[in-house]
Amino acid sequence: MAYPTGVPTKITQGSRTQGGIGESTLRPDGTLKVTGEFAYSSDLWHEDMLWGQILRSTVAHAEIVSIDTGEALALPGVYAVLTYDDLPTDVRHYGLEIQDTPVLAHGRVRHHGEPVAIVAADHPETARRAAAKIKVEYRELPVVTDEASATAPDAVLLHENRTDHHIGHVPHPNIVHRQPIVRGDVAAARERADVIVTGEYTFGMQDQAFLGPESGLAVPEEDGGVHLYIATQWLHSDLRQMSPVLGLPEDKVRMTLAGVGGAFGGREDLSMQIHACLLALRTGKPVKIVYNRFESFFGHVHRHPAKLTYEHGATRDGKLTHVKARIVLDGGAYASASPAVVGNASSLGVGPYAVDDVDIEAIALYTNNPPCGAMRGFGAVQACFAYEAQMDKVARELGLDPVEFRQRNAMEQGTLLPTGQPVDSPAPVAELLRRVKAMPMPPERQWESSEGADVRQLPGGLSNTTHGEGVVRGVGYAVGIKNVGFSEGFDDYSTARVRMEVVGGEPVATVHTAMAEVGQGGVTVHAQIARTELGVTQVTIHPADTRVGSAGSTSASRQTYVTGGAVKNACELVREKVLEIGRRKFGSYHPAWATAELLLEGGKVVTDGGETLADLADVLEGEAVEVEEEWRHRPTEPFDLRTGQGHGHVQYSFAAHRAVVEVDTELGLVKVVELACAQDVGKALNPLSVVGQIQGGTTQGLGIAVMEEIVVDPTTAKVRNPSFTDYLIPTILDTPTIPVDVLELADEHAPYGLRGIGEAPTLSSTPAVLAAIRDATGLALDRTPVRPEHLTGL
Amino acid sequence: MDFLRPASWEEALAAKAEHPSAVPIAGGTDVMVEINFDHRRPEYLMDLNRIPELTDWEVGEESVRLGASVPYTRIMEHLRTELPGLALAAHTVASPQIRNRGGVGGNLGTASPAGDAHPALLAAGAEVEAVSVRGTRMIPIDDFYTGVKRNALAPDELIRAVHVSKADGPQQFAKVGTRNAMVIAVCAFGLALHPATRTVRTGIGSAAPTPVRARTAEEFLAAALEEGGFWDNGKVVTPSVAQEFARLCSAACNPIDDVRGTAGYRRHAIGVLARRTLTWTWESYRTAAGEGKAA
Repeated sequence: MAYPTGVPTKITQGSRTQGGIGESTLRPDGTLKVTGEFAYSSDLWHEDMLWGQILRSTVAHAEIVSIDTGEALALPGVYAVLTYDDLPTDVRHYGLEIQDTPVLAHGRVRHHGEPVAIVAADHPETARRAAAKIKVEYRELPVVTDEASATAPDAVLLHENRTDHHIGHVPHPNIVHRQPIVRGDVAAARERADVIVTGEYTFGMQDQAFLGPESGLAVPEEDGGVHLYIATQWLHSDLRQMSPVLGLPEDKVRMTLAGVGGAFGGREDLSMQIHACLLALRTGKPVKIVYNRFESFFGHVHRHPAKLTYEHGATRDGKLTHVKARIVLDGGAYASASPAVVGNASSLGVGPYAVDDVDIEAIALYTNNPPCGAMRGFGAVQACFAYEAQMDKVARELGLDPVEFRQRNAMEQGTLLPTGQPVDSPAPVAELLRRVKAMPMPPERQWESSEGADVRQLPGGLSNTTHGEGVVRGVGYAVGIKNVGFSEGFDDYSTARVRMEVVGGEPVATVHTAMAEVGQGGVTVHAQIARTELGVTQVTIHPADTRVGSAGSTSASRQTYVTGGAVKNACELVREKVLEIGRRKFGSYHPAWATAELLLEGGKVVTDGGETLADLADVLEGEAVEVEEEWRHRPTEPFDLRTGQGHGHVQYSFAAHRAVVEVDTELGLVKVVELACAQDVGKALNPLSVVGQIQGGTTQGLGIAVMEEIVVDPTTAKVRNPSFTDYLIPTILDTPTIPVDVLELADEHAPYGLRGIGEAPTLSSTPAVLAAIRDATGLALDRTPVRPEHLTGL
Repeated sequence: MDFLRPASWEEALAAKAEHPSAVPIAGGTDVMVEINFDHRRPEYLMDLNRIPELTDWEVGEESVRLGASVPYTRIMEHLRTELPGLALAAHTVASPQIRNRGGVGGNLGTASPAGDAHPALLAAGAEVEAVSVRGTRMIPIDDFYTGVKRNALAPDELIRAVHVSKADGPQQFAKVGTRNAMVIAVCAFGLALHPATRTVRTGIGSAAPTPVRARTAEEFLAAALEEGGFWDNGKVVTPSVAQEFARLCSAACNPIDDVRGTAGYRRHAIGVLARRTLTWTWESYRTAAGEGKAA
């Protein structure tokens, strides 16, 4: 196969300025977070501030017969109690794409935990007490919880009189969006198939479970506006949704990013932003709101649970003939990011394989379940779990090695996606599989030590359930494809402001963007880019706020690409201006100013031949250069609503995993021993961060494989486990060794050739673990997460 | 909510007599969770952290008098020989931070069927030292758990200590959770061999409304060991005996379906743990006995 296997490709010269791109510079927040010193949004404090509290619905679906706030208002220390009727303007709903989410419930609640009223008081305990004194009378309504109940002829409609732009093409008003992807002729291809394999798969509801619960501080300002300090993923998206509800022009709603404790998609939607601002504007006092962990489980959207039905056909020689699939995503009560999740699940529903004949349909439902939206991997995760299970099934049917079978069908550069769009940058799918397979295997019976069994290395861990009894090893592989950046024609731009000046005799660059640093390491990379492009060592990262243009969302693996691209672009423009100044000041001293290609390196202006022309400090003496500029990646286009054809994506990210597990087959407990990953990152701007992202994504994928699931009661649509006691995320003893093999095949369309990397490892991790558990147990396992009862049949 | 801070044990007893609804708090690893989540708002909260003797332990001839507030970490570090089952159970309690704060008194006071200490205490044999201004009484562990999150303490009583019988043979503890650390029990099992009396004792957690012993299983196993002369000949326990012991332990469960697991799974898992822990304890008994003979 014609894949490069050795030296990383570089399309830019590595920086000759220290701390530039390609170096593993340390992130400024790392040590602070580990030592507990980092100031999160929940640590915000203001003199004389009040505390906000939200009253949430105790039932999933009900008419609100009455709300009595009298007793709450009478409680000493309470400053305000607001309900829907107190909202200041006619704009009383918000939403990322469809404005269907009430700021406070109006006459009806549609999911367990929906905000009904808000309180401001001088103490958090008083606010809680007051919220508890609000009397809400509910008249319960029947719940719709799945496709059958949501699309029944007499189903209660979650949203009557829809006017959004999807209502025209959905088969039922309880379907948010439907996207078919039809290419070739599946009926004819099926005739050519020697084997046909079908499967039905279930994907559970995963929570982002970020470290820092939703929180922020709203401070009323003298001009009648408000300043919100907030942990979010996209300041300007929040601003756009908040300002009409508050009845304030956007320039009177100022936003500054506060310390964010992780996001993973869960902060794309608004949580307490509008509530805090409403209370601050009403009371004239600063208002802080902090969710506790229980409330956080109700305070943000989750990953869509899904039912996926697949049919794969293949010829005896191991070539896929066709893929037919139906993906049903449960969007819950409000739309959130459901339409875009449908777009991803459908367009990437075949996976990183070359298949000519495809018929896929994806839908998202409106139900009374908790609202679902963005989470790392965004629709591609659910599909990958199913198509990779199918690939193993087909391989087994054909008697082929599962890796070999995948390699025979692997997409490569130039392959057409089922949307008709060619993959126009390296797609080393077969090579990534080869790499994970070639890694050395962890030794058998790795729990044995001279002092007996080390239970930490066994299923059950410290709970001491086995010393090797019943334990069987399994190995599984998976590979996935994730789009990078916002797709389907979205104007996915970013803005950067870069300033260069002399401070204390030293040239200093300041980078100002509205990018939400949520832990991904963006601010570190921005500084590296500025050093590389401007040849300075000192870079100041200005706090992110709305005094600069939008940086887009910290999601879709896009920030290093798009805001990184914007910073690079702004730096290049600054560099030109600096060189203009240099030419003006010093051009007459050396002919190279006019003739050579000039670079900024190590605090100097140098020629491409390495000759120093001037110190930057001298060039910039008495001058300051500043540029603010928007930057865009190549445009995309929407998918055709009938055929799904269209150049909808801008870039792809590929990762492959090999999972090695030990399963206690009697107790149904699992120890993932190793999760090896190979990923193409295009160009590792910060190799340490790259490995961190890959290991983090891998672990989050492991979580949904073996433990993480929000359990919703199917009869009441109420959440049964809104706490870390029963919503389990991996501990360090559940986290395996994660060897990472990073491939750098440049995408010539992207800055420095880089690829967005944060999500791809979350895709293939889950199916690899499932495949390994199937290998160990021989069970079919068509759902994730796998729980002990699925492995024991009890 | 009033916060009581007695400076001595006597003051604590007097306060508890005066305010029987007062909720004692030591490590706070359970009570504070309930308070923080507003699940519980006691009229009085009584802080026992100023009473140093609660964190002391004394190793006696027959038993260890373990202060109610001795943190799990201390049990793991210092009482592994005397109380091996409890030490293993202590190691499965939550996280290191929680183990540094929490103690057996809290587990007993809360009396949740999921408390990790209970199966080990039931298997080892223990008595709870319950004290009030009226005096001290020793409550056998078998009589202590009276219902879901209910125990035999009178409203004016506080737990001063628990007297746990020192191990006279191998003990084991195993707990099923759906995570490999820091997990609440789906179910748990404790087993102690008592060669001195040629008996065995068990403890089952999270598989019935209260922590329970599998008495029929204990009696069956004791009889089978006696009958086969196993205590003396040190032979491997026959698989059929282990199977039947496991079956009887499963039968002693009265579990429910909940978000953590099904009743059927809990019954099954208790059987598996019973069989495995019997193998482990019996193997160490045989090995120790064999070495004894060789010497």
